[in-house]
Amino acid sequence: MNIVIFLKQVPMVTDLPWDPKTGQMRREAAEGMMDPACKHALEAALCLKDEHGGRITVITMGPPAAEEVLREALALGADLGVLVSDPRLAGADTPATSYTLSLAVRAVCPEFDLLMLGCHSVDSETGQVGPHLAEELNLPGPAYVESVQLVDHAIRVERVCDNFLETLEIDLPALVTVTTQSYQPRPVPLGGVERAFSQGEVITLNATDLRADLKRVGFSGSAGRILRVYAPRAEQKGVLLKGAPKKCVQELLSRYGDRLGALMGKDLGEAK
Amino acid sequence: MNNTANGRPQAIWVFGDYRNYFQNRVTLQLLAKARELAAALNSEVSALVFGHKVDEYVKEYIAHGADRVYVVDHVSLKYYLTETYTRLLEHLATEHKPEIILVGATNFGREMAARAASRLGTGLTADCVGLTIDEKGRFIQTAPSFGGNLLAEILMPEHRPQMATVRPGAFAELPHDNERRGEIVRLNLPPDLPPERVRLLKSRRLPHREQRLEKASVVVCGGRGMGSKKKFKNLLELCRLLEGELGATRPVVYAGWAGEPSLVGQAGKQIKPQILFSFGISGAIQHTAGINAQFIVAVNKNPQALMMKMADVGIVADANQACLALIRELRERLRE
Repeated sequence: MNIVIFLKQVPMVTDLPWDPKTGQMRREAAEGMMDPACKHALEAALCLKDEHGGRITVITMGPPAAEEVLREALALGADLGVLVSDPRLAGADTPATSYTLSLAVRAVCPEFDLLMLGCHSVDSETGQVGPHLAEELNLPGPAYVESVQLVDHAIRVERVCDNFLETLEIDLPALVTVTTQSYQPRPVPLGGVERAFSQGEVITLNATDLRADLKRVGFSGSAGRILRVYAPRAEQKGVLLKGAPKKCVQELLSRYGDRLGALMGKDLGEAK
Repeated sequence: MNNTANGRPQAIWVFGDYRNYFQNRVTLQLLAKARELAAALNSEVSALVFGHKVDEYVKEYIAHGADRVYVVDHVSLKYYLTETYTRLLEHLATEHKPEIILVGATNFGREMAARAASRLGTGLTADCVGLTIDEKGRFIQTAPSFGGNLLAEILMPEHRPQMATVRPGAFAELPHDNERRGEIVRLNLPPDLPPERVRLLKSRRLPHREQRLEKASVVVCGGRGMGSKKKFKNLLELCRLLEGELGATRPVVYAGWAGEPSLVGQAGKQIKPQILFSFGISGAIQHTAGINAQFIVAVNKNPQALMMKMADVGIVADANQACLALIRELRERLRE
């Protein structure tokens, strides 16, 4: 079983610093981690490898620091890490990202059986890269998969799609995106990341190595242009209470206790 | 008079996502928005319906704003099939060249729209919360950006069709109008449609789950501002005292402080409580998209947090300390 997993490094914080002039996020200003959904996809791959043997290649696209997520995956049992990194790839939308990733797969693991991704990343939640990538490589590619079993040279998967529980069977090669529902990521073994840094194999590829059509990658290969980025600034709708929490809570209940009580059907009157 | 970019009529298409009808109103909401856009562009709204025995939806979409419905009705389309529907959409879009295609951001819609955008060689903006035509006649998509704390206005200068997914509930539907008339265009399956590579072995509608969180009149939601998994558990005691249900944000679910069923927002539950208590939540749009509350009490150290702005009462404090203080106060008042 020859599995390729796509990992994304995402910022550890939700309030990202950004440059209001360019509308670009200052990724370098935040520490990164492996995207949670990617961890679940990796776990699904490790389970398949545990059961059936085979080889796991992990690919990420990002700045050089994104190598960390590859090392983490190697520590957990992946066999080869591939970092796709090139300033010309920056600012890619989801189709441009998928095009680039498709070139990386073709370059390092053209004989793959199964491609796996997280169903959506925590920082953008579009869920689009998997389906785009399936089209780039002309593969069947169900999203939101909760379990994957190997049955001869096919996989049988279960997924919940808009309130329907579906059981699907797909001949390999195929692509799936995995939810965070059923595979609980295993912990990184003690000392594993250090060992992976000294021993594990990571190769780095740039756009030239990939023979990428530069008109299809990065910002210039993306369809959308950002006109303006803004923080949704709502007007303060209600009142703000400040001070010691106890005082605030008492003020909340003395000013609004009747109203809250009425909505809840409870008596929140004065404390006795 | 405008406005034919590259000599094409600027037709606006809406993908008819009729599965889970009644709960899922996103197609009707898109039709209403498409009417607005069509008025600004002096163009027309078409809906697409793929399936088997789907005439009721065709009529429904006309009554809700479609000028035309393209229907492909065939027994092989009885179930939603991603690749087949993608090919049908591609086939029709290649032939008729619509300017704009809108798809509801359901699980199926997201996957199919992404595949179709790839096949059509165009871009796709995810989870739009606003769609307008500006004074220059350009289609402007507003979508959450960078983790949902920011909004971006996006333009597609060259790629056509301009595609967008739209989250359910972002727009209001038009009232059902039985008098509206529309053209129904019935099409056969294209002969060159490749067979579906994903074999559907079983598909069953999940039994109606107890929707406690969705139906709760009191919800207590917690975010990462609660500080730790242990402190987050204090919200459970607050839920007990208020007879409310527990909700959570995406980061908290990922951190394992709460289970996936507690997730409130775009990818989780849509809640409509009488009262929402929100502890340590900044108010990313992925979360607030799931909230329709009568009265909101928010607690956050940062008075500028969006959740605090949305609140009827905002308490500027550490979320866990305020939670503990409220527990103590309620115990006294409820005479426990």
